[in-house]
Amino acid sequence: MNQLLKLADFSVSFATPRGNLHAVRGVDLVVAKGESIGIVGESGSGKTVLSRATMGLMPSTATCTGLVEFNGVPLSNLSRAEVRNYWGTGMAMIFQDPLTSLNPVRRIGSQLMEGLIVRLGMPKKQAQARAVELLERVRIPDPYAAMKKYPGELSGGMRQRIVIAIAIACTPELLFADEPTTALDVTVQAQVLELLAELRQEINMTMILVTHDLGVVAGQTDRVVVMYAGEIVETAATKDLFANMKMPYTEALMKSIPRLDQSSGQRLRVITGRLPDPTSPEPGCSFAPRCEYATDKCRAEKPPLVTTQTGHQYRCFFPIGGSL
Amino acid sequence: MKKVQPFVRRLGQVCLVLIGATFLVSVLIRQLPGDVAVMINPAASLNERAALRQELGLDRNYFSAYWLWLSQILQGDFGFFIFGGKVLPVLKTAIPPTLQLIFYTQIVALSIAIPLGITSAYRQGARFDRFTSTMLFSLSSIPNFGIGLILSLLIGVKIGILPPSGYRPISDGFLQHYRLMVLPVMTLAIAPISTYTRLLRAEMIAALREDYVLLAMSKGLSDRRILLRHVLRPSCTTLMTSAALSMGGLIGGALVIEIIFVIPGMGTQLAKAIGTREFIAIQTFVTFIALFYVTFNSVVDILIGVVDPRTRNRRA
Repeated sequence: MNQLLKLADFSVSFATPRGNLHAVRGVDLVVAKGESIGIVGESGSGKTVLSRATMGLMPSTATCTGLVEFNGVPLSNLSRAEVRNYWGTGMAMIFQDPLTSLNPVRRIGSQLMEGLIVRLGMPKKQAQARAVELLERVRIPDPYAAMKKYPGELSGGMRQRIVIAIAIACTPELLFADEPTTALDVTVQAQVLELLAELRQEINMTMILVTHDLGVVAGQTDRVVVMYAGEIVETAATKDLFANMKMPYTEALMKSIPRLDQSSGQRLRVITGRLPDPTSPEPGCSFAPRCEYATDKCRAEKPPLVTTQTGHQYRCFFPIGGSL
Repeated sequence: MKKVQPFVRRLGQVCLVLIGATFLVSVLIRQLPGDVAVMINPAASLNERAALRQELGLDRNYFSAYWLWLSQILQGDFGFFIFGGKVLPVLKTAIPPTLQLIFYTQIVALSIAIPLGITSAYRQGARFDRFTSTMLFSLSSIPNFGIGLILSLLIGVKIGILPPSGYRPISDGFLQHYRLMVLPVMTLAIAPISTYTRLLRAEMIAALREDYVLLAMSKGLSDRRILLRHVLRPSCTTLMTSAALSMGGLIGGALVIEIIFVIPGMGTQLAKAIGTREFIAIQTFVTFIALFYVTFNSVVDILIGVVDPRTRNRRA
């Protein structure tokens, strides 16, 4: 397996007036070249922080510990200026809200060409041609006209395509897509996901897809990482996970997807309770207070991340379907 | 047709503001104590005074008096001084020094405040930021005539590297002209530097939290490039508006500073005219000040539309 990204015991915390907020705790993850990984979890589970911190896109209030290795280079030992050399060209990111992630006062063309000119040193003419090509690739009708427009003149779906075009402009090896479809209409969501899948194949890009939508993960990824309260609680090949989930939290997430075959009067399933306070971690399993199978052991002792022979990992004393 | 409309509307607004301002002034001047007729000839009889008032249009009501002045100025007659002489030649010599003073001040204030604001926002909470804000805060709490007097005394008289007061037109040589302008401009610039720096700092700190800054960072751009190309532009519209509005304060400030530094500008002339109740001249001076203020604000409004496309649709 040709590994592209490796995280070892990676943690992120923020200094807050109430004490240290642990957003990501002890994550170990290896991503192979060309792989597509989904990171799922509810809001506040640390998935966005994990992806941004992996890139190094963190404010100065954040402290990251542990190892981040990209293409064999330990990024966590590099200075911010050195890590920046990997942004755009090595790793790139698509952000959640296309309405706010483009600069409202600069034309699409200049925002798209900027990376090409500054990072790849392309002459302006060549960058222009490449920008048009990128816009065509993300299926923007009339790319020449779009180059001269401001973000405010385009729809959300169009803007997200442009954000994608900016992200892939310098052909990064690793693309983080942080909830790329959450802010979009359902019909547009499908188009954008399809586009991402195509692009990934065309330029053989590795992708980490961050989402709270298990449906998106199912169609787009080879492997899924489920996060809860800043920790990995289950990871497995996508098919394996859906067929044979071990972690009660994953099951609860699955059950909370609204289904068409339910009778119409039935209430939607929710996971009751809230995420634990990230400033004061409790001793036991972090999901125990909300888990319907939890025992005293779960509340007193932290379950380790168990790995099965098939590579399925879970963090639970009493996995669904029994331990192997 | 559609392109002309906003321009025409703007022009209409300008005219309304000018008429309103000058009418208000013409009413207010009449409230000043002291009878002009008595001032001109203290020994005049009652009949002579009445004749004089009629001649000057002082017996008319507010509207009629205003109309008299307006119809004259529209025909290019800028009026006369009651105590002798035409207003136009005085206006011609008084406008350049004042305009120079104000424009130099704006240029100096902006070129100091923009780098200070950017750096303070970038180093938010750091020593540089705290030092700058404390410094500006204390400086801007001294009234500008106080600063003017201190500077004139300290640099002009005690140290003596710059002339303490006076004015020379540019035609007398650049060096002469600018040497005399340094102290008054420094004096006037302190208040706007403080305002502009604080405004820009606050706007940039807000803009730095935007998602598009994160996206710009994720492209691997340098901090410098992000600050100058991505953050400054959306942040500077407030600064531009503030610069336009502060023109009013600057004109007022310039009037005082001119007197301290003995600059023969609008302020000096206006002060003289108010002292002798030269109501026609005062009105004409005010018209020019208002015209200048309104024009500058309109130009800035148009520029804001160029800088920030988001504001264009909003106004239409």
